[in-house]
Amino acid sequence: MKTSDLIRALAADSEVRAMPPGRALALALIPGVAIALGLHFAVLGLRPQLFALLGEPRLLLKLCLTFLLAALSGPLVLRLVRPGAGVRRAALMLAIVPALLAAADLAELLAVPAAEWGQRLVGTNAMFCLKTIPFLSAAPLVAALLALRQGAPEHPSLAGAAAGLFAGAIGAALYATHCPDDSPLFVAAWYTLAIGFVGAIGAVAGRRLLRW
Amino acid sequence: MLMRAGNAGDADSYRRLLLQLTPVLRAVARRGLARAGMADTDAEDVVQETLLAIHLKRQSWDEDAPIGPWVRAIARHKMIDALRRRGRRIDLPIDDFSEVLAGGDSEPSMLVADVDRHLECLPAGQRNVVRAVAVDGASTGEAAARLSMTNGAVRVALHRGLAALAAKFNMEET
Repeated sequence: MKTSDLIRALAADSEVRAMPPGRALALALIPGVAIALGLHFAVLGLRPQLFALLGEPRLLLKLCLTFLLAALSGPLVLRLVRPGAGVRRAALMLAIVPALLAAADLAELLAVPAAEWGQRLVGTNAMFCLKTIPFLSAAPLVAALLALRQGAPEHPSLAGAAAGLFAGAIGAALYATHCPDDSPLFVAAWYTLAIGFVGAIGAVAGRRLLRW
Repeated sequence: MLMRAGNAGDADSYRRLLLQLTPVLRAVARRGLARAGMADTDAEDVVQETLLAIHLKRQSWDEDAPIGPWVRAIARHKMIDALRRRGRRIDLPIDDFSEVLAGGDSEPSMLVADVDRHLECLPAGQRNVVRAVAVDGASTGEAAARLSMTNGAVRVALHRGLAALAAKFNMEET
């Protein structure tokens, strides 16, 4: 087939166009997040007196950081599936989250006597946190990866990892409304580990699913 | 501009855009293959694979962004794919051919192997439609009449056939 023949066929096919990745991701997140929310309320539920405790700075910080991570990793994911789009600014913006968390950890270490550090770090249910965040992230991750197949990532594993980070942040934000451990030390250790695990799954899945 | 028109379903502008891009893609493919020390007899295969990718992934172009970096990134990605694939085949050193290959910008008359080979592997329905529209130059309407299919079915078969062609390139890699 000559190249001009191929072009004729491509032009004849110009009416059918897949959805832009941004819109596809937004649409896919509706069922993805709905499933995660359903599981959250069916299995976990909100912690008692969540709303009364919202003034508590540690809880507030935990909620804000997870939401911020979701809000900042979303645009990064979309840039990673658009060929030629620069990702540096979006990636740098994302660094705000670990920077804030590190600052909060420092403040916590100063505010709390050293004898209590270990107990704050380990919390009351670290293992449960490690299992639950990936559990709540699963549906958003599947939704995100399927939607991103409309995109064209130059590095499929990297785009998959970012999608995992994004889904992990959504799962973590939901879990944060259940989890009784509010210390930034706990968040830095266990939330990070759990979200990192979802990111690793995203990288492996992205390598296969997002190739084009 | 033309890409925006193409995205809006204006087939003529879109076709013109692809025709304008082709010489650029061809130069990129030849240079890439030469730099990797490979015979550039495969350049047209790379060009066609890149055009397929541009077509099937055109929704990934942000309409507010310049189109140049987007096209270049796709061309680079497909070039890397092609080199990776060809790395596993035996290639003759380019020096043996360099005099023969001093050709210009025009489309080479030699056989373009990959797309035709992949086309043979498509289901008959898709293959017939793609061939009617591409090689015989039929419009989707004419193809529908000739193959006694509905217009809609022709469009679907054409789209699926092109997507399947692109997927065949990818499957070779593994």
